[in-house]
Amino acid sequence: MSQDLSTATFSGYRRENGRVGVRNHVIILPVDDLSNAACEAVANNISGTMALPHSYGRLQFGEDLELHFRTLIGTGSNPNVAAVVVIGIENGWTQKIVEGIAATGKPVTGFGIEQHGDHETIMEASKVAKEYVQWASELRREDAPVSELWVSTKCGESDTTSGCGSNPTVGNAFDKLYPHGATLLFGETSEITGGEHLVAERCRNDEVRERFMFMFNRYQDMIERFKTSDLSDSQPTKGNIEGGLTTIEEKALGNIQKIGKECLVDGVLDKAEAPTGPGLWFMDSSSAAAEMVTLAAAAGYVVHFFPTGQGNIIGNPILPVIKLCANPRTVRTMSEHVDVDVSGLLRKEMTPSDAGDMLLESMFRTANGRLTSAEALGHREFVLTRLYESA
Amino acid sequence: MIDFVVHDEGDSVGVVVVEGVKAGDELTGWVMDQNLDIKFKAASDIPIGHKLAIKAMTAGDTVIKYSTDIGKVVADIGTGEHAHVHNIKTKRW
Repeated sequence: MSQDLSTATFSGYRRENGRVGVRNHVIILPVDDLSNAACEAVANNISGTMALPHSYGRLQFGEDLELHFRTLIGTGSNPNVAAVVVIGIENGWTQKIVEGIAATGKPVTGFGIEQHGDHETIMEASKVAKEYVQWASELRREDAPVSELWVSTKCGESDTTSGCGSNPTVGNAFDKLYPHGATLLFGETSEITGGEHLVAERCRNDEVRERFMFMFNRYQDMIERFKTSDLSDSQPTKGNIEGGLTTIEEKALGNIQKIGKECLVDGVLDKAEAPTGPGLWFMDSSSAAAEMVTLAAAAGYVVHFFPTGQGNIIGNPILPVIKLCANPRTVRTMSEHVDVDVSGLLRKEMTPSDAGDMLLESMFRTANGRLTSAEALGHREFVLTRLYESA
Repeated sequence: MIDFVVHDEGDSVGVVVVEGVKAGDELTGWVMDQNLDIKFKAASDIPIGHKLAIKAMTAGDTVIKYSTDIGKVVADIGTGEHAHVHNIKTKRW
């Protein structure tokens, strides 16, 4: 049954900066690859905390380093996170990330390993993590309107059923959320190839359109610079091709069904940049699932819609990922990964609007605290986007 | 019972949405944008999610889906035949 979104509320955690989160994580965030072990040790010591290990953070420079900082600061700043312990090999970059997160007003403390070693760092960081998790456990949820909800989308291991079923379902939900002031996001720059003119037509004004085409062409130039073939061995993926998708154009036209039929593209973001107001935002981003969802979390999104055809199983440590699927074979063979089964769309048993309402119901339940399949299965893919080699 | 769906009546391909389609099967299709039913005979075995041609195409033709160009034909495709990477390629990259 369709909800009145003008009065509907979700129950979330209001953070110090006014944003509302739907999870209450205390994270142990490494600045660099070297600090993963200490972060994992702290998370092992203190129940209810979570380490976010990753592979980078040494000798990066220029725009690639700025993206690294923006992604880690954004992750710590996400309202699904209550408090943060940051650990880096040295103090300089560690404090830069601490200061970035501290701007939100949430509790954050950093530790540098040099001159202390892992043992002392783990002990001191564990003491702080314990205080944070006990403090966070007393925070209470409060009701908030749809206008305070930030919802991102990205699809993965798409097939032809994505374009006729699960992606239009997201589009329907976005069209319903948009007029109520939700803050929405899509991206996947390379996977718009063949439909870029359709996205450009949906941009609110010429300024947004020019910015979108700048981002689109920048990505195309990167592909042209590095490609050794027509990319048919990687984009579409082997899974896409197995699922019946033949060309990037076909994949893109299915992909952009996710932005619905009515909402306009109000703004364009660089990777991991936070939007500055409500509406539908495009983020220049990789089409690799974990990279894009990590960037969406870093931009501050708190719930994610992830349509799949062949069965991408991705999750994220801090951003609940809701999977929907219209392929009856995938729903049958991979049911533990599917939160919303919209395969009835392709049997004419439901309308796109019915499917959109089912997704919105799942969104409210997830926002109110129900764990997604990806959360219950322990999927915590945290993958940083790199722009080029380290120095 | 819907065996395949077509986004728009101007499209040259439809998508099989049931498992086990064999050459010779009589298929019922649903044209979503115009809400029409159409009938076609499968000329190939076609896996779920894969496309069948609903218009005959020759090499060099443009394939239309979602009323939009999705690539070029590189080997002739008869109606009801499996349309995929063996007879369609991207025009990009």
